[in-house]
Amino acid sequence: MKKNWPILVVDDEEVMCESMAAWLREDGYRVDIAPNGQKGVELAKASDYAICFVDLKMPEGMDGIETMMEIRRVRPEASVIIITAYATVDTAIQAMKEGAQEYIVKPCNPQEISMLVSRILKLKKLQSENAILRKKLARQYRHHDIITKNPRMEEILRLTQEIASLRSTVLIRGESGTGKELVARAVHFSGNRAEKPFIVVSCAALTETLLESELFGYERGAFTGANAQARGKFELADGGTIFLDEIGDISPKLQGDLLRVLQERRFYRVGGSREVEVDARVIAATNKNLAEQVHQGRFREDLYYRLNVIEINLPPLRDRREDIPLLAEHFVQRISSELGKEISGITAPALKLLIAHDWPGNVRELENVIERAIVTCHNGVLDEQDVSWLRHKDLTAPVWEVPDVPLEELERQAIVAALERKQGNIKEASAALGIDRSTLYDKLKRYEISHRN
Amino acid sequence: MKTLYLVAMGDVPKQVMEWIEHAAAEWLPVAIRRLEARVIPERAYDPKRKQYQSVEMMKMLAEMLPPDSCRLLGVTDVDLAIPMLSFLFGQAQVDGPVALISVCRLRQEFYGLRADEDVLRSRVVKEVLHELGHTFGLVHCDDPKCAMSLATHIQRVDEKDEQYCAQCGLQLLKRFSSQEAEVS
Repeated sequence: MKKNWPILVVDDEEVMCESMAAWLREDGYRVDIAPNGQKGVELAKASDYAICFVDLKMPEGMDGIETMMEIRRVRPEASVIIITAYATVDTAIQAMKEGAQEYIVKPCNPQEISMLVSRILKLKKLQSENAILRKKLARQYRHHDIITKNPRMEEILRLTQEIASLRSTVLIRGESGTGKELVARAVHFSGNRAEKPFIVVSCAALTETLLESELFGYERGAFTGANAQARGKFELADGGTIFLDEIGDISPKLQGDLLRVLQERRFYRVGGSREVEVDARVIAATNKNLAEQVHQGRFREDLYYRLNVIEINLPPLRDRREDIPLLAEHFVQRISSELGKEISGITAPALKLLIAHDWPGNVRELENVIERAIVTCHNGVLDEQDVSWLRHKDLTAPVWEVPDVPLEELERQAIVAALERKQGNIKEASAALGIDRSTLYDKLKRYEISHRN
Repeated sequence: MKTLYLVAMGDVPKQVMEWIEHAAAEWLPVAIRRLEARVIPERAYDPKRKQYQSVEMMKMLAEMLPPDSCRLLGVTDVDLAIPMLSFLFGQAQVDGPVALISVCRLRQEFYGLRADEDVLRSRVVKEVLHELGHTFGLVHCDDPKCAMSLATHIQRVDEKDEQYCAQCGLQLLKRFSSQEAEVS
């Protein structure tokens, strides 16, 4: 078939249908015909017609306008051309109002109808090309909802592809709001476990005992209220992936239990005596420095190495500022449609302000800022004034609540933080702390802080 | 070898039938024979439009298809139409055995001009190549000079050459070399 655009002709007169179809077939189109509205709608449900010619007057069943409305309901993209033997202004207006693309009076000149068909199909072709290009463009930046053109993030996305089908445990590190769960999802949904469950557990949200029964399930009578056996998240994730968020917050006992699951792939339900076997890939995430926690004895070293088979470090948003415009545009499109508000985009001054902001809450904070701006925006485009409050926020000194700890502990934390920020560079860390290198070495020794260059 | 049959529907000048026979013989490697002229049935006439319904005439052609025929081309001098369109130069079944052309609108006289035999012959040849091309599976060609290009008015017919473009010609040739010309 020369042209990949099927056409439907709906008319109760067989001669009309057949002759019109024959004429269009000479032009290379695939043409189907329907003797009434019902049949026409049925065919439209099954095939995506580029054009539907529908006769206005069909004595039995649905008339032309009803048929057109029903076709447009099932195929909003279809162009309907209403055919009539008598031109009346009222019906023409009604047909166009209800969404007819054109209205033609039969018999018409072959040139008229040929031009009409090619005009509509030209438009269809452009629309479909546009959709394809949009998809291509979207694919360029998106990867399971991760939007980036930052080289480090792109490297991470490549890594997620490479490791997607392995069973190895992954540890994702990054500040809050950097998209640790999105990366975990990207790993899961790109691999051979994609069809199986992806189960999320936030370890910080639950107390030790609750988290234990949440992870491993429990047997009937294991504790008050355990009226029936319940499967835990590990069992639910069997064959798939379990994502343990905020792993740095789990208790020493659970660390031990977790280690056992990772080593042996089996565990006991709370109150149970029968081992349960699972095949769940573990992806853990934390915003803490687990190596440091290990050093301080707060996190089991063996568990750390079990988890840290593949490590992914997500950069904070302030280190990938080139993504801010992309992310902002994406959030504007998504949130404005979710909120049903027509916002066409962001002005350059507003974008400048967003790029300049430091984003301690990372991508999540950006998302919230865009949502707040959309809610308060009144002129169809996000302008500087819609996000101007960010500027005041930046000027205000961060409120720092002094923790109730000994002064030495504060000093220790300040040194650890400075070293982390400067990737273990002693010269830079000492400069940041305002002390000289020898003093820093002295303090490292005193607080037993390990460092690496 | 199967045969392409030509049949006049109503009065058609002998010379027109000869032009057609000539043109077909030049392009198609089939035997060509003429059937006796037929009378156009009354039921094909639409008194409101003062035209003949092409669909009825195509039906009549389909009914008279000789058993040894590969294609049957009807030729008429009456003005053809279908319900949707105000006129037709001709009609064909794409990849089917039957086609029909009308000489009526190919004549200069139809447009109030003096009769011109050369012009008429040229237009008849183009229409014959066009409709027979359809019966051998060709659809409209984008090359305006090709006989298979769509003509919705007489000027467009005059712009065409009395031949197929290279691509359509080749497609036709392939069709015959693979012996697909037979219509089951």
